[in-house]
Amino acid sequence: MRGAVGVFMHKENFDITLESISKIEGHAGLDIHVRNGEVENVKLKISENMRFFKEAVRGKRFNGAHQIVSRICGTCSTAHLLGCIECVENVFGIPLSNQTRILKHLTMNGLQIRDHSMHLFFFCLPDLFGKDSVLDFKTDEEKELLHKALHVKEVGGTMGNMIAGRAVHPPYPTVGGYSKIPSKEDVNKLITMIKEERESAIEFVDLFYEWQKSLERKTKYVATKHTFYNFLEGELCDSNGVCIPDFAFTEHLHKVVIPYSQAEGFLYKGETYMVGALARMNIGRDTLHKDTKRDLGKYLSVFPSDNIYHNNLAQAIEIVHAMDHSLELLETTEFKEEKPPQIEPKEAGGTGIVEAPRGTLYYYLEFDSAGNIALADLVIPTAQNQVMMEKDIGLLVQQCLDQNIPRDQIEREIEILIRAYDPCMSCATHFLQVNWNNSGKNN
Amino acid sequence: MPKMRVGWITFTCSEDSTILFLELLNKHFFEWAEKIDFVYFNALKKSGNIYELKDVDVFFVEGAISNDDEKKKLEYIRSISKYVVAIGACACTGMPSAQRNFFDEKTKELIRARLEKFHLNENVLSVPQVIKVDDIVMGCPMNEDAFVKILNKYLALCGAQ
Repeated sequence: MRGAVGVFMHKENFDITLESISKIEGHAGLDIHVRNGEVENVKLKISENMRFFKEAVRGKRFNGAHQIVSRICGTCSTAHLLGCIECVENVFGIPLSNQTRILKHLTMNGLQIRDHSMHLFFFCLPDLFGKDSVLDFKTDEEKELLHKALHVKEVGGTMGNMIAGRAVHPPYPTVGGYSKIPSKEDVNKLITMIKEERESAIEFVDLFYEWQKSLERKTKYVATKHTFYNFLEGELCDSNGVCIPDFAFTEHLHKVVIPYSQAEGFLYKGETYMVGALARMNIGRDTLHKDTKRDLGKYLSVFPSDNIYHNNLAQAIEIVHAMDHSLELLETTEFKEEKPPQIEPKEAGGTGIVEAPRGTLYYYLEFDSAGNIALADLVIPTAQNQVMMEKDIGLLVQQCLDQNIPRDQIEREIEILIRAYDPCMSCATHFLQVNWNNSGKNN
Repeated sequence: MPKMRVGWITFTCSEDSTILFLELLNKHFFEWAEKIDFVYFNALKKSGNIYELKDVDVFFVEGAISNDDEKKKLEYIRSISKYVVAIGACACTGMPSAQRNFFDEKTKELIRARLEKFHLNENVLSVPQVIKVDDIVMGCPMNEDAFVKILNKYLALCGAQ
C-alpha cells in the first residue's frame, strides 16, 4: 500500500501555503507549488511591513543616526547601532582607544549570547523535543533544562545592560567611545555569572551536536575573519579563502529582485551564498578562543559543514566562545574614564561592517560637509540568505515528497529548516529599492 | 485558580518590546507560565489563525498600523478581548514607524511605488487612533517596570494573581 501511496504522491499537484511562520523574528509567509510530484517553485514572502529607515536617516546628524537605525530591529539593535557607529568612525577617521575596542567587543559578545540563546532556546529547543513551544515543557527534566537555558540567556542580557546600558537599543555606545564605563562591581558580577553558566552553555553545545538532523548542500559562505574570532574586526573572506577589502563588498554582490517579498535577495559573485554562524564557523573556527578550542574539540571537528542545521550548533559554540573571550577581556582590563576624541565631520562616504548574530551586516553612509547623512545603504544578513533559504526549502520539500512524508509533517519540517537559518524579518525589510511600473511588474 | 488568557501580537515595528518580554522571561518564566495561558504569541508558539481566536482576557499589541489588514486584525482583537494594552512607542504614538507620515513631498514620491505595491496606507496610525485601549506601556522599547506593573494589575483583575 505504501508503494501505491508513493506513486499517487509523485503525480500529485498541490500547493502549500503557510500564512505565517512561527518562532522566527518577524513576519513571513510561504507559497510552494508542486506539480506532478515535483517542486515547481518556492516563494518565501517576507511580509513585515516596511518602515523606510534608509529614507528616514537622510539629513540626520552623524552622531545621532545610530540611535535611529537601532530601531530597525529589536533583536539585532545592537548590531545595527555598532555597525552604524563603525561606519561613521571609518568615514571620519576617528581614532579609537583600546578600551573602546574592548567595550565594543564585550557589547557584541553580549548580543551574540542573548540573541543566539533566544533563537536556540525559545525557537529551536522545542523542535529537538518534538514539541511546539517551551510552554509545553512540563517534566522536571525539561523544566531543569529550561532553567539552565534561561540562565545562559541572562548572561547576554546582563552584559548588554552593564556594558552598553541596555540589552535593546543600548544608550552608552557613541561615535568615538562609550558615554559610561562599567563599574568594578558590575565587572566582577559579570565574571562570576559567566563562570557559573559556562558549563550549562557547553551542555547545550552537546545537545545541538546530538540532534541528528541533516540537509547537506554545497554553497559558498562569507564572513569576516581575523587573527582572533570576533564580531567587529577583520576582513571579509569567503569559504574558498578569497578575502576582499570592506569597500569592495558590494562590488561582489548582485541584488536579486524578489517581486513577491518586501525584501531583496543577494548573490555573491553570481552564486548563492550564506552568512551567519555556520559561515563564521566554517571560515574562522581555527581562531576561536583557546579555552573554547580546548573544551569543544569534539564538536568543532564537525566543521566545515554543509549541513544547514549545523547553523544551530555553530551558534551554541559561539555562545561559549563569546563567554570565554569576554571573561578574558573582563579579567584583564581596568576600565577608566576617557576623554572623547575630537571629531571633524567632512564631506565623505565609507563603509562599516560587523558580524551581526545572523551574519555580515554592511553599512554604507555618505555625509555632507556639515556631517549630515546624504545617502544610506545597508545590506543585511537575512536578505543575503534569502535566495539560499528558498533553494533549501525546495530541496527539503522534494526530499520529503520522494520519501512520501505526509503534508503536515512537511510543513513542520519547512518551519524547522527556516528557523535553522534564524532569519530576522524585521531587519530584512525597509531596504528594498525597486522601480515598479504602473502594472506593478518590475522594470 | 483560572489562568489569564493572554494574546501578544506585533504589527509594524522593530519588535523590541517582544525581545524585552523574552528577556523578562529569564526571571519570570515559571511564575508566568503558571498564571498565564498564552493563547496567541507567535514568537513563543504556533498561534494559528487569529480570526478563530475567542475570549481573550488581555491582548498586548506592539507596533503601529500601516495597512488595512493590520487595521482589520486590530479591530478583531478589540472585539474578542476584555482588555487591550498598547505596548511600546510605535503602538502608543505611531513613532518611529510613522516617520514616513512626515517625509517631505519628494521623499514621499520616492516611496510611493512601494506603498502601492505592498498595499501600505498613506499614513501610519497608532493603536489608540484605531481602537479604544485600556492601558498603554510607553518606551522604545517598553518600560519594563511599567509593563510588569500592568501585567500584575490584570492578573489581579482576572483572578489569576
